Amino acid sequence: MTGIPAIIGSNLLTALIFLPLAGALLLIFLPKENPRLVKNVTFLVTLVEFLLSLPVVFGFDGSVAGMQFVEKIPWLPAYGISYHIGVDGISLWLLILTTFMMPITILSTYAAVEKNVKEFMIFMLLLEVGMVGVFLAIDLFLFYIFWELVLIPMYFLIGVWGGERRIYAAIKFFLYTFAGSVLMLVAILALYFYQHRATGVYSFDLLAMYDLNIPVKMQFWMFGAFFLAFAFKVPMFPFHTWLPDAHVEAPTSGSVILAAVLLKMGTYGFLRFAMPLFPVAAVDLTPAVATLAVIGIIYGALVSMVQKDIKKLVAYSSVSHLGFVMLGLFAMNTQGIEGGILQMVNHGISTGALFLIVGIIYERRHTRLIEEFGGLSKVVPLFAVCFMIVTLSSIGLPGMNGFVGEFLILLGSFKASRVLTVFAASGVILAAVYMLWMFQRVMFGKVTNEKNRHLPDMNARELAYMLPLLVLIFWIGVYPQTFLRKMDATVSAFVTRIEAKRQLALADKPAGETLLARYFDVGK
Amino acid sequence: MIRYAHFIPLLPLAAYFINIAVGRRLPRKGDWVSLGAIGIGLAISIGIFHEVFQAYDPNFKYHVVFPWLDLGGRFVLKAGILIDNVTAVMLVVVCTVSFLVHLFSVGYMHGDPRYSRFFAYLSIFSFSMLGLVLSDSFFFIYIFWELVGLSSYLLIGFWFEKKSAADACKKAFVVNRVGDFGFLLGFLLLFATTGVVGYDEVFQAIREGKIEGTLLTLAGIGIFCGAIGKSAQFPLHVWLPDAMEGPTPVSALIHAATMVAAGVYLVGRVYPIFTPDAFLVIAYIGLITLFISATIALAATDIKKVLAYSTCSQLGYMIMGLGVGGYTAGLAHLTTHAAFKACLFLGSGSVIHAVHTQEITEMGGLWKKMKITAVTFIVATLAIAGVPGFSGFYSKDMILGAALEFGMRNPQHILLFAGALFTAGLTAFYMFRLVILTFFGKPRDHHKYDHAHESPANMWVPLVILAGLSFSFWYSGWFGTLVQKPASAIPVVSAAAHGGVPAAAAAHPAPGATHGAAGVHESAPQAKPHEPASAPPAGEHGAEASHDAHLAHTAHRYAMFSSVGVGTLGIALAFVVYWFGWIDPEKVASSCRPVHTFLRNKWYFDELYEATVIGGTKALSRAMGWFDNNVVDGLVNLVAQIGVWVSWLIGKFDNYVVDGAVNGVADVTIGSGSFFRRFQTGKLYHYVYVLAGGVIIIYLVKVF
Repeated sequence: MTGIPAIIGSNLLTALIFLPLAGALLLIFLPKENPRLVKNVTFLVTLVEFLLSLPVVFGFDGSVAGMQFVEKIPWLPAYGISYHIGVDGISLWLLILTTFMMPITILSTYAAVEKNVKEFMIFMLLLEVGMVGVFLAIDLFLFYIFWELVLIPMYFLIGVWGGERRIYAAIKFFLYTFAGSVLMLVAILALYFYQHRATGVYSFDLLAMYDLNIPVKMQFWMFGAFFLAFAFKVPMFPFHTWLPDAHVEAPTSGSVILAAVLLKMGTYGFLRFAMPLFPVAAVDLTPAVATLAVIGIIYGALVSMVQKDIKKLVAYSSVSHLGFVMLGLFAMNTQGIEGGILQMVNHGISTGALFLIVGIIYERRHTRLIEEFGGLSKVVPLFAVCFMIVTLSSIGLPGMNGFVGEFLILLGSFKASRVLTVFAASGVILAAVYMLWMFQRVMFGKVTNEKNRHLPDMNARELAYMLPLLVLIFWIGVYPQTFLRKMDATVSAFVTRIEAKRQLALADKPAGETLLARYFDVGK
Repeated sequence: MIRYAHFIPLLPLAAYFINIAVGRRLPRKGDWVSLGAIGIGLAISIGIFHEVFQAYDPNFKYHVVFPWLDLGGRFVLKAGILIDNVTAVMLVVVCTVSFLVHLFSVGYMHGDPRYSRFFAYLSIFSFSMLGLVLSDSFFFIYIFWELVGLSSYLLIGFWFEKKSAADACKKAFVVNRVGDFGFLLGFLLLFATTGVVGYDEVFQAIREGKIEGTLLTLAGIGIFCGAIGKSAQFPLHVWLPDAMEGPTPVSALIHAATMVAAGVYLVGRVYPIFTPDAFLVIAYIGLITLFISATIALAATDIKKVLAYSTCSQLGYMIMGLGVGGYTAGLAHLTTHAAFKACLFLGSGSVIHAVHTQEITEMGGLWKKMKITAVTFIVATLAIAGVPGFSGFYSKDMILGAALEFGMRNPQHILLFAGALFTAGLTAFYMFRLVILTFFGKPRDHHKYDHAHESPANMWVPLVILAGLSFSFWYSGWFGTLVQKPASAIPVVSAAAHGGVPAAAAAHPAPGATHGAAGVHESAPQAKPHEPASAPPAGEHGAEASHDAHLAHTAHRYAMFSSVGVGTLGIALAFVVYWFGWIDPEKVASSCRPVHTFLRNKWYFDELYEATVIGGTKALSRAMGWFDNNVVDGLVNLVAQIGVWVSWLIGKFDNYVVDGAVNGVADVTIGSGSFFRRFQTGKLYHYVYVLAGGVIIIYLVKVF
C-alpha cells in the first residue's frame, strides 16, 4: 500500500478522530441555502467514518489484553502530555457503537431538522470527534480535552434546536456535567503531581499511572472525585435529574446520541479510570456504589411508570438500565464486567432505537403525550412491528440483546451480593410493567383520537435507519459470542490486575481493618 | 430420525419468519407454511417416539451439545438437545396438539384480516415450546420459557383492538414475569453454588454436596415459582382465565394443552433437585390451586372460563401429583390432559363459531345441530371426569393413588388426598353441568339456536382425532414403564439428616413401577423425621421394598374405588340438577348467596391484588414521581437558584466595593462571579476562565 491508504492504514485511529473534524471544516464551505447537500455530505462523512472503523474490529486481536492500534506522539513534552491513543477490549465496542449510531442519527434528522441545518451538522460532527476521542485517548490530558469537547456541541444541540424549555435543560445539563468535570480535573492534576513525586517524571500517560501504587487514603479522595464526575454523567441516582429534562428538550437526534453514547462515557470512565487507578477505594466503596445502582434500577423503573410523556418515560428507563450496567461493573468479576460492557452497547442500541421511534411519531403528531395516542397498531403496522421489537428488547426478552447483558450482569452480581441481586432482578418485572403498559396505551385498543386515524406508516428512509438496529438487537441476542469474544482477554486481565494491585496496596495493612480506620484514622 | 431433532423447532421458526415477512402475499396467505412446518415436526416426533419405543428402555438418553457463549473458556454456556422418554412423549404431545390446532385454525380464523400473522404467531409459539421441551439445561429452558411467554402475549393480544384483550395480554406477561423472577433467582442460586447449568451436571453437583439443605430447598422453590406462573398455580393463577380473550384455538393450544403444562414439565425435568420440603410446598400449592379453581368453575357461566378454571384445576392435580412423589402420575396426566382439554377447547370453539356467544346461559339443545362436536365434547368430558376406560381416569387415578400413598406414609398430609378426591367429584359435576347446559335441554336463545350449524370438516376432524385420543388404552402399560421417576440427586446422608428421602426411595425406582395401568407405584418422598442415617443392609432393604410395594398397591386400590365413587356422585348430581331439574340451581344459589357471590367473583383474587400489589406499586411510583420532581429536582433547582443569588451579590459587591486597584484579581472574580448569571444568556466564553483556573491550580499545587 502506498500513499493515502497507507497513511490511513497505519494511523487508523487518528483518521477516525479527525475525519469528522475534516467533515465539519468542509461543511463550513458549503452553501447555507442548500440544506439537502449539507445533510447528504454529513451523512456520507459519518458513513465513511463507520466503514473506516470496521477494520479496527477485524484487525483487533481479542486474545490480547493490552492496547492495540496504539499511536503515540509527544505533544507538549515539557508537561509530559502526549497524543497517545489506542483501543482495547473495553473501548472497542463503544467506539463502534459511536460510529454506528452516527449515520443512523444523521439520517433521522432529514425531516426533523429544518432550522440552521449547517450549524446543526457541524455540531454533530464535532460531537463525533469528541466521542471517538474520549473512547480512544489513553493520555489523561487528551482524554480531558475530548471529554469537555463533547459537552459544548451537545449544549448547543439542546439549547438551540431543543423544545420549549431548552435553555433550562441545556444549562442544567452543562452545569451538572461541568461540575463533575472540574472535580475530575482536580483529581487528574493531583494524580499528575503524585506521579511526579513517586517517579520523578511528569506524565499524563494513563498506562504508566496504572502501575502506580497510590496510597490508600489518597485513593479514597481521588476515587470520590472521579466517582462524582462519572456518576453525574451516567447518571446514577440521585444525580439523574438533568437527564429527563435534557432528553425531553433535546431534538430526537440529540436524545439518541445522548442516550446511546454520552451516558456510556460515564460508565466507561469507571472502567477506564476510577476502578483500575484506585482499586482499593473502588472495592471498599463497592457496597455503596452497588446500592446506589440498585436504587437507580428500581427507582428509575417506578418513576418511569407514572410518566405521561413517552420520551420522559424512556429517559427514566435509562436511569434504570444504567443501574444494571453499574451493578455489573462493580461486581468486579468477568461475567459482571463483560455483561456491563455488553449492556452499554445494548442500551445504546435499544434506547437509541426507542428515541428514534418516539421521534417518528413526534414528527407526525407533534406530541409525545401517551394519552394522545391509542390503537396505532392498526394504523401503522410496520411501525408497530419495529416498536414492538424495540420494546421487547428493552424489557430484556431472551433472543434479543438486552437479555444477554442483563443475564450476565445478574450472574456476576449474584456472586458478589445475593441480596442486591434479588432487588435488582425485581427491576426486570418492573421493566415489563412500564414498557408494556406504555406500549398498550399507545399501540393497542381502538383509535380514539381522530388525528391518529390517517397517520402515514414508516417511510423508506425511516426503515433504512431502523433496520440495522433491529438486526443488531437479534444478532447480539442470538449470538453474543461475536461481541464478547473481543473483550475476554482485556476484561480478565482487568479483573486480575485490580485484585493484584489491591492485594499489594493492602499488604502492610492489618487484617480486618475497618474502613473508617483505613481512610480516616478513626478508631486506630 | 433422532438426528433430525433440531429440525422440529427450527422449521416452525423458519415458518414464522416467512409468514411475518411475506405471508400476506403467499397463496392462501401462508397458512400452509406454518401447517407444513409443524406437520413435518410431527412426523419427525413420531419417528423419534417410534425409535424410543423400539428401544423400550427407561434410561434412554440422547444428548448433543454445542457451545453458545464462551467468556474466554472461564465461563461457557452450551446449548444442547436432550431427548429421553419424557422428551419423546412431550414432543409428540406438543406436535400433535399444535398440528391439530393449526388445522382447526384454518377454518376458525378464516377471513380474519391478520390471518397470516396469526399463523406466524402459532409458529413462533411452536418453536419456543418445542425448544423448551428439547432444552438440556436450566439456562436454555429459561430462554424458551420466556419466549413461550412472548408468544402467549402476542396471541392473547391478537385482537388488540379489544381493551380486554390488550389488558389480558399484559397481565399474562407481567404475572408470568413475577414467576420467572423466582425462576431466575433459583437458577442463579444453583449456578452460583454449582457453577454449571446442564441438568445432569447440576444433579451431579448436588450429589457431590455442592448445595444442600435450606439453600437447595430455596433454589428448588425458586425454580418452582416459574412453574407457578406458567402453569397458573395459586397465587399466580389469575392470568389464565383472562387469557381466554385470545382466539379459541390459542386457548386450546397454549392455555390448555401445551404451554401451561410447561410448568409441570419443568418440575418433572428438574425433579432430582427438589428436597422433601420443596416437594411439600409443591404438593400444597397444587392442592390449593386444584380446589380453588374447581370451586370457581362451579359458578362460571362463560364456556371458555369454565374450561379455563378446569385447566387450572387439572394443572393443580399434576403439580400435586409431582409433589407427592407421583412423577409418572403427574406427567401422565399432563399427556392425557393435553388431548382431552384441547378437544374440549376446540369443541367450545366450534360451539362459539356456531352460536357467536360464550355464555352457556344462551345455549342449550345444540346436540341436534352439531352432533360431531357434541359427541367429541362428551367423550372428552368423560375423560376429564375420570370415568373408567377414558384417559383421564388412568392418569388422575394414579395421582390420587400417589396422594393416598403419601398420606398413608405421612398421615399429617392426608388432606392432600382428601382435597383432591373431593375436587374430583366437583370436576365431574361442573363438567357435566357444562355439557348438559350447552348441548341438551331446550334452546334458551332461539335466535342463536336457529343460526347454529355444524362446523366444517377441517374443524371437526381435529375434534374427532383428539376425542379418539381421550381413551385410556393409548396410554396404559408403556407409559408407566418408559416414564419412570429419576433418582433424587440429594445425597442420602444429608437428606436423612434433614428428615428427608429414605435411602431406598432415593436410590431405586420402586419395583412396582413396571406394572402399568393403575398399578404403577412410586415410592413417595417421605417427611418422616427419624430415618436411619445410612442405607439399610441388603436383606432388610428387600423386605422394606416389598412392604413399600404392598402399601402402594393398597393405596392405589383404595384410590381407584373412591375416585370412581366420587366421580359417579358428581355426575349423578349434575344430572339431578340440570337434566331432571329435581333441584333448582337458582334456589340453591340464592339460599347460599354469599358463597355464590364469592365464587362468582373468583374468590376476589383480582380485587385483592388490585388493592394490594398493584395499588401499592402504583401508589409507590406516584410517590416516587412526586419525590423526583419536587425533592430531588427541587434540591437541584434550589442549589442553582442559590448560585444565581450569590453571583448576583458578588456582582454587586464587585461593582460597588472593589475598585480598579485590584483589577487583576477582580477580573477573575467577575469571571467566576458572573459565571452562573451569564450562563442564562447562553454565552460560554467563561469556559476559558475555568480552564485558566485549572492552570492556576496546577501552579498552586506545584508550589505546595
